Amino acid sequence: MTKVTMTVNGRPQTRDVPDTTLLSDFLREELRLTGTHVGCDTSQCGACVVHVDGRAVKACTALAVALDGAEVTTIEGIAQGKELHPMQTAFNDHHGLQCGFCTPGMIMTGIDMVERYKASGLPLTEEAIRHELEGNICRCTGYHNIVRAIEDAAQKMQAAPAAAAE
Amino acid sequence: MYPTTYHKPASLSDAAAALSASDEAMVLAGGQTLLPTMKQRLASPSALVDIRAIPELRGITVSGATVTIGAATTHAEVAGHHGVQQTIPALACLAAGIGDPAVRHMGTIGGSVANNDPAADYPAAVLGLGATVVTNTREIAADDFFEGMFATALDEGEIITAIRFEAPKRAAYMKFRNPASRYAIVGVFVAETDAGARVAVTGAGADGVFRHSGMEAALSASFAPEAIDGCEVGEGDMASDIHASAAYRAHLVTVMARRAVAGAV
Ligand SMILES: Cc1cc2nc3c(=O)[nH]c(=O)nc-3n(C[C@H](O)[C@H](O)[C@H](O)COP(=O)(O)OP(=O)(O)OC[C@H]3O[C@@H](n4cnc5c(N)ncnc54)[C@H](O)[C@@H]3O)c2cc1C
Ligand code: FES
Ligand code: FES
Repeated sequence: MTKVTMTVNGRPQTRDVPDTTLLSDFLREELRLTGTHVGCDTSQCGACVVHVDGRAVKACTALAVALDGAEVTTIEGIAQGKELHPMQTAFNDHHGLQCGFCTPGMIMTGIDMVERYKASGLPLTEEAIRHELEGNICRCTGYHNIVRAIEDAAQKMQAAPAAAAE
Repeated sequence: MYPTTYHKPASLSDAAAALSASDEAMVLAGGQTLLPTMKQRLASPSALVDIRAIPELRGITVSGATVTIGAATTHAEVAGHHGVQQTIPALACLAAGIGDPAVRHMGTIGGSVANNDPAADYPAAVLGLGATVVTNTREIAADDFFEGMFATALDEGEIITAIRFEAPKRAAYMKFRNPASRYAIVGVFVAETDAGARVAVTGAGADGVFRHSGMEAALSASFAPEAIDGCEVGEGDMASDIHASAAYRAHLVTVMARRAVAGAV
């Protein structure tokens, strides 16, 4: 067992966990933040994507012990009180989900790509969004509405300063 | 996952000591290959030695035509580095095409090269550019480093510290990717250097990354797509699986090589 401290959604959290504990298990089992989903055992589906120190990573493919001192943001941490993050609103407006299983990972990936393109000054075209979504699998929607939602959120986030949650 | 103990040494010598202290200890870098392998119980290291806190293993230096990339540098860092984009654009481009954004945020060049997956991208660049693999004990030329699929010249407990590239006159990497895994079904790295052309092929070979001497000779004489028209790619040396037959892969090697030569910058 090793003592791990992370800041999760702005709050410091300390737990004693086995060295093999995945970040996804740390979030779901230890902190009961079950919005981070686990959809595969092979690091391929992206349902588990969270932000670690401001970058999208697969929570199922990182060890909690390796992230001592890290800042982690999950799907539970992006709304401002009752006000949804623009990416969440856009998924709602554009019907970017059906069963919703992939959605937390899609939204965290979506925010990450918008922030990165914004910082680099490159245009986030539809083609770029599709390329950026290669690590996120959806079995329901056929992706079209997810792409529309991210396009819409990107415009709204473009106007705003860098996301408050980051 | 089988139980293991995690270490995060702050120096290279402590990492080497931790690796030799435990029989089945393994280096952990980005974990994008090792952790899935451990989850499937195909690897069961007695200890994990995380090298990401060792300062000299991180970062990129460009000095003239020489680009040195610390082993623990992520794919995203290589892809986004201005100096790499300027000096060896083909390398930045290759890094940008590995896996997906989340994999690129964690996966490292050292991990990819040490793992030597027969369908991985970096081995093609390292071999195609004739790079040097620097470890905690020595320097190994790319031509002596890759020893067949998942096999390298690394000794037990040896740690890659950096990969050193010399900029070619021009180069490009073209990958025909498996749409599900994003790995290469066939990837070809071509480079025109002062010492002639180099052609390294990943994904295709039954025994991992390899150089194609016929294409190298043809391209050394004339660095143009038509130059390789007559070159033979032997089906017998190709991998064959559910994704692609040996004949299909052999065909793709020429197609990707032509595209790479045409696109070389
Ligand atoms: C969904 C997915 C898609 C992917 N797609 C691609 C792709 O398209 N192309 C591609 O090339 N790769 C792909 N990968 C693999 C990815 O690039 C990995 O990051 C890489 O293969 C391993 O790097 P790592 O830093 O994660 O190493 P780890 O997983 O930490 O380690 C891998 C191996 O290398 C050893 N090792 C690591 N660093 C060192 C070192 N410095 N010295 C000695 N030994 C070391 C470890 O002990 C282990 O055996 C993909 C992975 C995933 C999960
Ligand atoms: S659960 Fe992490 S990638 Fe599928
Ligand atoms: S909405 Fe069901 S998997 Fe994407």
